[in-house]
Amino acid sequence: MTTRILGPFNRVEGDLEVHLDIDDGRVATARVNSPLYRGFETMLAGKSPLDALVIVPRICGICSVAQSAAAAQALRSLMGLEAPSNGLLAERLVTACENLADHLSHFYLFFMPDFARPAYQHRPWFPAVAARFQALTGSAMNEMLPARAEFMHLMGLMAGKWPHTLSLQPGGSSRPLELAEVLRLVTLLRGFRRFLETRLFGDTLENLAALDSLEALARWRHGRTGDLALFLDAAEDLGLDRMGRARDAFLSHGAYGLFPDGVWEEGAAAPLDPSAIREDVSHAWLAGDTRPPAQGETRPVADKPGAYTWCKAPRYAGRVMETGALARQMLAGHPLIRALVAERGGSVQARGLARLLELALVLPEMEVWARQLKPGEPWCAHGDLPESGSAFGLVEAARGALGHWLDVRQGRIHNYQIIAPTTWNFSPRDEGGVPGALEQALVGLPVEPDDPMPVVVQHVVRSFDPCMVCTVH
Amino acid sequence: MTAPLNLLWLQSGGCGGCTLSLLNAEQPHLLAHLEAAGIHLLWHPSLSRESGPEALAILAACAEGRERLDILCVEGSIMTGPQGTGRFHMLSGTGRPMMSWVLDLATRARHVLAVGTCAAFGGITAGGGNPGGAVGLQYDGDHPGGLLGPAFRAAAGLPVINVAGCPTHPGWVLDTLLALSLDRFAEADLDPFHRPRFFADHLVHHGCPRNEFYEFKASAEKASDQGCMMENLGCKGTQAHADCNTRLWNGGGSCLRGGYACVSCTEPRFEEPGHPFAETPKVAGIPIGLPTDMPKAWFVALAALSKSATPKRVRENAVADHAVVTPAVKKTGLK
Repeated sequence: MTTRILGPFNRVEGDLEVHLDIDDGRVATARVNSPLYRGFETMLAGKSPLDALVIVPRICGICSVAQSAAAAQALRSLMGLEAPSNGLLAERLVTACENLADHLSHFYLFFMPDFARPAYQHRPWFPAVAARFQALTGSAMNEMLPARAEFMHLMGLMAGKWPHTLSLQPGGSSRPLELAEVLRLVTLLRGFRRFLETRLFGDTLENLAALDSLEALARWRHGRTGDLALFLDAAEDLGLDRMGRARDAFLSHGAYGLFPDGVWEEGAAAPLDPSAIREDVSHAWLAGDTRPPAQGETRPVADKPGAYTWCKAPRYAGRVMETGALARQMLAGHPLIRALVAERGGSVQARGLARLLELALVLPEMEVWARQLKPGEPWCAHGDLPESGSAFGLVEAARGALGHWLDVRQGRIHNYQIIAPTTWNFSPRDEGGVPGALEQALVGLPVEPDDPMPVVVQHVVRSFDPCMVCTVH
Repeated sequence: MTAPLNLLWLQSGGCGGCTLSLLNAEQPHLLAHLEAAGIHLLWHPSLSRESGPEALAILAACAEGRERLDILCVEGSIMTGPQGTGRFHMLSGTGRPMMSWVLDLATRARHVLAVGTCAAFGGITAGGGNPGGAVGLQYDGDHPGGLLGPAFRAAAGLPVINVAGCPTHPGWVLDTLLALSLDRFAEADLDPFHRPRFFADHLVHHGCPRNEFYEFKASAEKASDQGCMMENLGCKGTQAHADCNTRLWNGGGSCLRGGYACVSCTEPRFEEPGHPFAETPKVAGIPIGLPTDMPKAWFVALAALSKSATPKRVRENAVADHAVVTPAVKKTGLK
């Protein structure tokens, strides 16, 4: 048995360290360390509740709007507000824009460059993949970066800027649009569709979204050009469809009124029960005991026996959950994703495919929402904050379920607790010694004895699209 | 053509948002921009291929002087806690606090950039009692000091260049890099908080599309109102140093254009304004934070006058979320 400490992992949004015990050429156990602690939950205590809208987006530059939306939703619930139709549509459009842009960044900038490593130079797909996806120099950069930046004009239009907007409000949106601006929005969504259809998919979004089985995917792929086809070439050759399985238990908060909330375990979906969520700190450098997030606490202790990360361990009814696009599409019942998981389990390939599929599923909905906006009608409802009360906001960031739990007393924030997607996925062991989702997914991976940074480990890590700055916050 | 400048980028106690903002660069896109500016990325945590030992080898070569380090960019504040140990951020794979890496690398770099308000001054990460012991590279809030100390000069002679902002505008970072690359950046190009003057000599107020409402002190009262946000909603645009409303974000936006107040995110200590962010603190009904260089008595007198002269259109539109009164159409032709 040998032990290896891997890090830094770049292209994971933040800092990450992974400890592996390797036995007989395979990962026997894994421990995941989130090495940055900033203390946002502590900072929020004592603030005016609406200040959360300024502070929480700054937890994370990549899930910034998702953090805003979770806070706005918690405050909306606390204030008993109902956002008008325009406000809800604006919230959906801005949230979807961030999530889809993140899917794109993940695929082109964070995930695919690993397949352009010299270690793969003798694979048949390598020349095409390397030319397209080499970090910093791949030809895809010249198309993807402008397409992403132009898509993000939606943020300039509807949220002032990205990241770190303050446009999402408890009552809706602070940014009413005029007709000319709605038309600009429709046009820029068309532009992004054009990029996805010509470069990423080589087909219409609708055709991609309609793929409903492994056979349909195999047929679709035959002779197909485009960046997704390149990924599928590498995935098949490397067996990514059987790599990186956790326990096939999925959790989603539901998104856009389009994908339902719920949990998926042992082949069946059930509605989400937020009261079943607890956070365990047994292996984190934090004091305290297992608590529901509404009563959670965050007290760092740098020297704690048995602890190996700043990350808490969220559990649902005591069990480890995986969250992300794969979870969302499992719960939404997308037939291709359900078939992939039924046949081969959650995997690097299934996670990647679910993300790209969401680009095809959500953009057409954004086009519909844009046309439903009604300039001249209200965008934001208004009301007063109660002196005291508690509420929560559950949303989906690109990388999965994000929850904020807010407790207000005497007009001030008494307690604010956050569970981010990667807190779920990269959680450490709990008091029962059960490893988190990534820790499980790494077990069994083949590792060469002289390879200091095994690329298969990197594939599995990045397949979760981790956001480390959110994880501990 | 001189050799490209070697740039190393590190992230510490921040959110990564300044890097994500940088990806919004356009015409040309980020990587083309860097190439055109003569910048060679030695390593960037979000963009480079190298992980683990490959990445650490680059850092070590720079720290030991084996690789020329022209520009060190640090994004995020420096986590000094708990109790000055830096254990709130140990650079993974090294067992060593990030603050110690930054100290070593900063002494080797020809130029050091603090990218974002966290790296410049501590920023949002230093808010709420600063539980993580966050400081900027050369400032702790508005006090010179920080990790490197007030006397620090990078090898080429400049102090840390504070490309402040939460996040930074991609243009602020790229223009700074280009100016360095062209050898067009001197100490005189830094303002008193060591921010590049090309953006810090402007006010956020400049170019605000709500200017007509400001002129007449026709004020918004709630989110989504069209009026000026200075009197009631906490907007600091008339005091905050940045060119947000002339440079514009994401193809044409800005905070004020997004319908929400400027929180003065380029300023030291913006994270603790001493009042709720979206409320204007007032004394006897008059905002205490008046435009930076205007005599208070004149401001009050002009405000009273302009309020009484406010056209109905401006007054009513200020508290509506769309134009309820449109500009009058003259049938006699414009003169």
